[in-house]
Amino acid sequence: MSDASYLSLEKLTLAYGDSVAVANLDLNIRKGELIALLGPSGCGKTTTMRAIAGLLPVKSGHVRLDGADITRVPANKRAVGLMFQSYALFPHLSVYENVGFGLKLKGMRGTELDTKVKSGLKSVGLSDFANRKPAELSGGQQQRVALARSMVMEPKVLLLDEPLSNLDARLRLEMRTELQRVQKETGVTMIFVTHDQAEALALADRIVVMKSGKIEQIGSPEDIYNRPTSSFVADFVGFENIFPLENGKMKTSAGLIDLSGHLSSGAPSAAGLAWRPRMVTLGTGPFQGTVRGTSFAGDSREYLLDSAFGPIKAEVEASRPTHALGDALVFDLPAEKAAPLSRFV
Amino acid sequence: MTARSLFIPITLLLVIAFLIGPFLIIVAASFSAGETLAFPPQGFSLRWIAKVFTVESFRASFGMSLFLAIGGTAAALVLGIPASYALSRYKLPGAEIVRTVVSAPIIVPGIIVGLALLRYIVVPFQVGITLALFLAHTALVLPYAVRVVSASLDNLRSDIEEAAVLLGSSRLGAFFRVVMPNIRGGIMSAFILGFVTSFNQVPVSLFLSGPGVRTLPVDMIAYMEIVFDPSVAALSSLLAFLSIGIVFIAERFLGFSRYV
Repeated sequence: MSDASYLSLEKLTLAYGDSVAVANLDLNIRKGELIALLGPSGCGKTTTMRAIAGLLPVKSGHVRLDGADITRVPANKRAVGLMFQSYALFPHLSVYENVGFGLKLKGMRGTELDTKVKSGLKSVGLSDFANRKPAELSGGQQQRVALARSMVMEPKVLLLDEPLSNLDARLRLEMRTELQRVQKETGVTMIFVTHDQAEALALADRIVVMKSGKIEQIGSPEDIYNRPTSSFVADFVGFENIFPLENGKMKTSAGLIDLSGHLSSGAPSAAGLAWRPRMVTLGTGPFQGTVRGTSFAGDSREYLLDSAFGPIKAEVEASRPTHALGDALVFDLPAEKAAPLSRFV
Repeated sequence: MTARSLFIPITLLLVIAFLIGPFLIIVAASFSAGETLAFPPQGFSLRWIAKVFTVESFRASFGMSLFLAIGGTAAALVLGIPASYALSRYKLPGAEIVRTVVSAPIIVPGIIVGLALLRYIVVPFQVGITLALFLAHTALVLPYAVRVVSASLDNLRSDIEEAAVLLGSSRLGAFFRVVMPNIRGGIMSAFILGFVTSFNQVPVSLFLSGPGVRTLPVDMIAYMEIVFDPSVAALSSLLAFLSIGIVFIAERFLGFSRYV
């Protein structure tokens, strides 16, 4: 086992009956890493997570953890924790008993058990709630109980299913900080599943973008945000102007259009180009457009233009002169700013 | 008041009178001092209530009914809990068919069930009377067990079982540690409903009862054919109050009506 593959998925194929949900997935995760599995619903991220937990049988391929092949190891012997989206607390047990559940099964009793449960509760700030039932807690508190319940087991890997999606904005920030703290203090390897790119960008060391049961791109949050390699990832992280390239020209419904400027080095082999609305220049440039829609977004103003490319989305600083509906404008899609895409789907 | 506004209250009173009236008549008759079952009762005495406890066959058949109600319901739950679990947790082919078949004893008239059991099970296989009654009562209670337990299982999230497994429990262990404690109310309600259903069951038991082995309601009918004194009324009152008491306690402590 090398350091780079504390947890590794090798040619992992997962299926529900005959329908394949994940195909030939390869992924290596370092010890102590915080990984996000990001993708739209049905992309296979939750399926992959369930297979790592052992809740879903593996059709073919291998799961290795800490040097051991755990592909066929049952879920209750894997030392993998899972914080469910619904928290899945045991309603008939108190907070204290919920946290102690797994430890008791390990055979822990007496003061050792008590010390562990209490320190687990303390670490999530719920010492005063030990005797409550889950139903008497708020959503955020329930989630912290679920976190403590998993963490007292000292899992090798902690899986989190949409950990922030049920929380309001303030609690999200709190929980995000909490998860990062837990990760830093314990060094546990964390993998969380999300469909929210903002959540993945804010929390993860590395993001694995998935689509239709395959990995679309793996990279740091900066990579994913600034350098998407496929049109799918580009679209997913907010590049709203995406065009395929053919013979070095942009292919549009109105035919091939010459690029404006030069592509950055290494990009000429690209299959497509993508621009965020902010990367579009208004007022100068070789292309003609008509304002079809405009909306004010605080710091900035968004425009929807009709052009030979089809609709173009642009975003400019709110302090710039405004354009009215129906105005004819020139604009630019500067080639050197574009994210070159190696795959266009 | 107009005739229109009187219609509803009068209807309501009549409904209540028809529902509760016979019961009140029986209760009144059981305190009669007379020799025959009659209403209005002649005088007041507790002699018929006292007599109930001295009739030998009542004691034997009460024991049998109690055994069938407790044993049959317990057996129905032993079969019904795993069946409900399978029906509620797994997408089984033909699950709807199983549900329908399991509910059949509710829909099919008891007379038919009794006759069928007698003709095609008891007679050809020489099944003993007690065993036949036990099997019949188990089958009759099963639909209630499955329905009530299913209802409480459907209200229980299934991911808590996975959570238990990931914390080190086996699948079976998870069932006993986190499923059973959370459906306890449903199981108790199913037990009470099953007990009352079995205890009050007449038509099937009528067919399957034999020499010396009878359930209490069957024994009461047999008794009335020979002796027409108020002791049957007294016994009926006692049984009615027993049932009311059980359901009242169940409602008080379990919220029985949530499950049924």
